[in-house]
Amino acid sequence: MAGESPVSELQKKMDNTKVNTTAKVNGNIHRVRITMQLTFIIPVVVLALLVLVAIFAPLIAPHPPAKTSLPHRLLPPFFIDGGSPTYLLGTDRVGRDILSRVFYGARISLSISLIVIFITSSIGTILGIVAGYLGGRTDTVLMRVTDVSLAIPQIFIALLLAVVLGPSFKTVVLAISILGWAPYSRLIRGEVLKLREADFIAQARIIGSSSLRIMIKHIFPNVVNPLIVIATMSVGLVILMESVLSYLGAGIPPTTPSWGSMVSDGKNLIDRAWWISFFPGLAIGLVVLSGNFLGDWIRDKLDPRLRQL
Amino acid sequence: MSKIILQVEDLRTSFFTRKGEVKAVDGVSFHVHEGETFGIVGESGCGKTVTGLSIIRLLPEPAGRIVGGKIILEGTNLLELSKKEMRAIRGRMISMILQDPMTSLNPVYTIGDQIAESVRLHQGLPENGVEQEVISALRLVKIPSPEMILRQHPFELSGGMRQRVVGAIAMSCHPHLLIADEPTTALDATIQAQYLALFKEVQQKTNVAIIFITHDFGVVANMCHRVGVMYAGKIVETATTRKLFKAPKHPYTTALINSVPRLDRKDNRLYSIEGQPPSMMNLPPGCRFFPRCSVALEVCGEQEPPEMEIGNGHSISCWRVK
Repeated sequence: MAGESPVSELQKKMDNTKVNTTAKVNGNIHRVRITMQLTFIIPVVVLALLVLVAIFAPLIAPHPPAKTSLPHRLLPPFFIDGGSPTYLLGTDRVGRDILSRVFYGARISLSISLIVIFITSSIGTILGIVAGYLGGRTDTVLMRVTDVSLAIPQIFIALLLAVVLGPSFKTVVLAISILGWAPYSRLIRGEVLKLREADFIAQARIIGSSSLRIMIKHIFPNVVNPLIVIATMSVGLVILMESVLSYLGAGIPPTTPSWGSMVSDGKNLIDRAWWISFFPGLAIGLVVLSGNFLGDWIRDKLDPRLRQL
Repeated sequence: MSKIILQVEDLRTSFFTRKGEVKAVDGVSFHVHEGETFGIVGESGCGKTVTGLSIIRLLPEPAGRIVGGKIILEGTNLLELSKKEMRAIRGRMISMILQDPMTSLNPVYTIGDQIAESVRLHQGLPENGVEQEVISALRLVKIPSPEMILRQHPFELSGGMRQRVVGAIAMSCHPHLLIADEPTTALDATIQAQYLALFKEVQQKTNVAIIFITHDFGVVANMCHRVGVMYAGKIVETATTRKLFKAPKHPYTTALINSVPRLDRKDNRLYSIEGQPPSMMNLPPGCRFFPRCSVALEVCGEQEPPEMEIGNGHSISCWRVK
């Protein structure tokens, strides 16, 4: 008995510690789950609302976006003295309704980012997989082209294109896409280099699959995860880029409202009528942040080490 | 004797590196009959795996190249085939099982999809026929309730089960030759025994010829009908398994068999072969085993011994035998 008691005591202590640690771990897991959900729900709600706004802009906008009204020029938002409830977020220099223009601007910004991301991720993925899987000279050539693309400033190419082609929706898409694929191809190639050595790729060759088949059927599904992550992350970047181009006058022609050109519009009046630039700027910020949070969330979700939780 | 499925003649495979040519396989010849298991044994780096990869022509290009010899599969020299023709041979005529079952399956597809891919590539069957083939392939490797397993993903299966699935993929198009490259190395002992028994059963059912690559003499004794012992890129002795264990002729074979730990002897010390295998970049002028051989003659250090037939399909490259 005397010999046993210290042992059983120790056993008890150990059991207690075990219980404590599990309890602590459980608490942490709980907290992690809630924060992960919030960083998912908020950006999804914000982006979903903006998409709805973009789709239904003609129905919900209180005024036509291009309708000028000189008597009502430079009205402040309704919550400031002198503001009017007909123009909730105020008006610009020529009396156009800011709220309506922000709604319509969502159409441009979101459609540009969707189209650009589709184009750049497709090109980048194809080139990345081909370079990574085939290796050798193909890889060297494609990666040098990628390096060059990453080295050229996008603004420079965009301004050049705007001069040559004239500012339009197409020019903006082309200008952002023409170099935007490079980060994708570089990342995807890295993933493919890892995959190429995997036994299941060798197995696919053993059963007689061609290189093309292996790239499409076996490599591509295994790079979808990182692809989704950077695609989500770049929503914000593309919108920023469009805004910058429009701000510089190389983007969407001024009659069509875009968030970038609206910010640019108000820049000279920022001390007297800050709302002209502020609200479209706020919209840009919301989308960029939401995109980044969503991308982070997806990345954590797809990370197998975190998936266990 | 049943017909010869594969005849390898003077196969030479080299890797071209910055430091120079590495002759990984340097003049290997052997043949495999229908329904027979031919073992290739040897130390790590002796060229066993490269021999296997050369036969199915999946060497890591462009560094690895077959520089000479013939690989004749049922009358066709595989080295004369185009890439496209070779793809049609792979999976359908020759198949291969790799070492590690944990990484040989694509994590994103179900078991059924992965077996079906091979079936679709080679057999041109209607969709319900494909499913039948998949199930019969899973049955062949004795996977319980195949209808359920084929909807599962690789991560849901154990290592032993996955290796069976790999076997099912390899056998799904009824190949005539199966190359198994240390298929049991990654499995634990009990699963290994089951898997080897499965191999024998599959062979009896399908009459497939198997090239069994291993470094484990226990596995050789259990599995193979005939064995080739490989050393530094060459097969130094070929014999039936029974003869090889009973009366090994080559000093290297003798030494290898002696270095297997045994329970029925009372030696306290484990026998080991002195020295290291030669560098494949600059091989010694005479016999490759000469520097480590305990019974070497003078001629051994000067001239390479030719392969000599000493009766009953037993051949050996050693000056001592002459």
